[in-house]
Amino acid sequence: MKALVPVKRVIDYNVKPRVKADQTGVDLANVKMSMNPFDEISVEEAVRLKEKGVLSEIVAVSVGPTQAQETLRTALAMGADRAILVDAQGQDLEPLAVAKVLKALVAEESPELVIIGKQSIDGDNNAVGQMLAALLDWPQATFASEVEIAGGKAKVTREVDGGLQTIEVDLPAVITVDLRLNEPRYASLPNIMKAKKKPLDVKELASLGADVSPRLKVLKVTEPPKRAGGIKVDTAADLVLKLKNEAGVL
Amino acid sequence: MAVLVIADHDNAALKDSTHKTVTAAQAFGGDIDVLVAGQNARAAAEAAAKIAGVRKVLLAESAELGQGLAEAFDALVTPLMANYDAVFTPATAQGKNLSPRIAARLDVAQVSDVIEVVDASTFVRPIYAGNALETVQSADAKKVVTVRPTAFKPAAEGGSAAIESLAAPAAPAKARFVEQKLVKSARPELAGAKIVVSGGRALGSAEEFQRVIEPLADKLGAAVGASRAAVDAGYAPNDYQVGQTGKVVAPELYVAVGISGAIQHLAGMKDSKVIVAINKDPEAPIFQVADYGLVADYKTAVPELLSALG
Repeated sequence: MKALVPVKRVIDYNVKPRVKADQTGVDLANVKMSMNPFDEISVEEAVRLKEKGVLSEIVAVSVGPTQAQETLRTALAMGADRAILVDAQGQDLEPLAVAKVLKALVAEESPELVIIGKQSIDGDNNAVGQMLAALLDWPQATFASEVEIAGGKAKVTREVDGGLQTIEVDLPAVITVDLRLNEPRYASLPNIMKAKKKPLDVKELASLGADVSPRLKVLKVTEPPKRAGGIKVDTAADLVLKLKNEAGVL
Repeated sequence: MAVLVIADHDNAALKDSTHKTVTAAQAFGGDIDVLVAGQNARAAAEAAAKIAGVRKVLLAESAELGQGLAEAFDALVTPLMANYDAVFTPATAQGKNLSPRIAARLDVAQVSDVIEVVDASTFVRPIYAGNALETVQSADAKKVVTVRPTAFKPAAEGGSAAIESLAAPAAPAKARFVEQKLVKSARPELAGAKIVVSGGRALGSAEEFQRVIEPLADKLGAAVGASRAAVDAGYAPNDYQVGQTGKVVAPELYVAVGISGAIQHLAGMKDSKVIVAINKDPEAPIFQVADYGLVADYKTAVPELLSALG
């Protein structure tokens, strides 16, 4: 069974994003970039499924800039078998456009499973997996914290409002992963070396024939309002007095 | 113009996030209909009919809708959208599950997690875990929007909309419900609570989390939350997580106990009216957003706080 694992190159999660002075976006020049943390979890899950013998091939894909090849090499070093970069030539594609590109890749690769992070930590849209499932008319299992695959079905435990829900979906399906599904491995040095020899195809965005026209125009990007600095209190009793008399919340 | 609001409810009761999403829809403009999709959900539909400004309530019931399967919502809502210019859904886990699926069906770019409706095509939403706010203008003919409930005031009660029953389309066969394990609690729900007490990794164990956080929450009539670190370590259930990737809360009072204040966590609580931080590390980033900081070990500070509360 083959799995397609989309990964995104994003600002490293330890870097505090800075809004550009001209309000056109967040400054990404000379900023450390990494694989979206949720996508690391989906790559890890795919590798574990391959280690269990459930998957036979893992294809990591990215729709992004040329530098996303580094992100794909990371996925290869973690255990993906080959990689495809769809070079977006500087365009920052919206989730709907990414889902359409992925749909075109699914048509070429015919995977039985797409396993993808539930959201990227830059756009925070939480949409691509669900949109891809809709475009393919596949079932979706979002926010997975446990995945079992057997007999052409995936049994997925999901993080939902109020607790956990388990659903079963027929394959092919899209699974989006949540934080507690697994703890991603660090790629070992020998695996990083091996990853350099694994195949990485680069495709032109136009060659896939997907409609990637933007629907949303970003008018401005601004800093959120800052909270005014607070005060330190010395004792718990003092705290309670201030909450009652000053803040009026007790 | 007409907007469809997809209600957040547990069949028996309507959640506050529905009222807040109606407020967001009012800023968009036009007639507002509320869809209550579930099973044995008439009570929730009756509550939705009482929201002021709602034109009518649509009630659709089936086992699959009651189980919250996205495919069932897709089959129900997508054809309904012929009658609407926009669909607004609260950005809860369920809303995030179903809304993008409907957006893709309609070939619309969803506007996610909106915190302000500027006009019928312009919206403000947080990006980069709330470290930046993006104002976007949608060129799509129909708008698909998820709404961050904490950013809007609840719509008032006082309406008397008619309830119209809809037939639920045939069940999708490719996804099936197996089971559900919900955390049972007599405390207020985290997302809508007036006071939230959250614990962090400093608590060190699930037992300690319960021993320290729960009595304080009970004393204050508060909901219980947790940092991602505490949830990852298994001290608290996933449903307690406050942060960028968990629940976003904005209570009157947020009490952070033993939470350092990672960006991830701050993104989920920094819009609280009053923030209290109890942490023994005076350099913890949580103090930068706290209105009242108490630099102390929670082991002594929380019992003192309990006795000061009387």
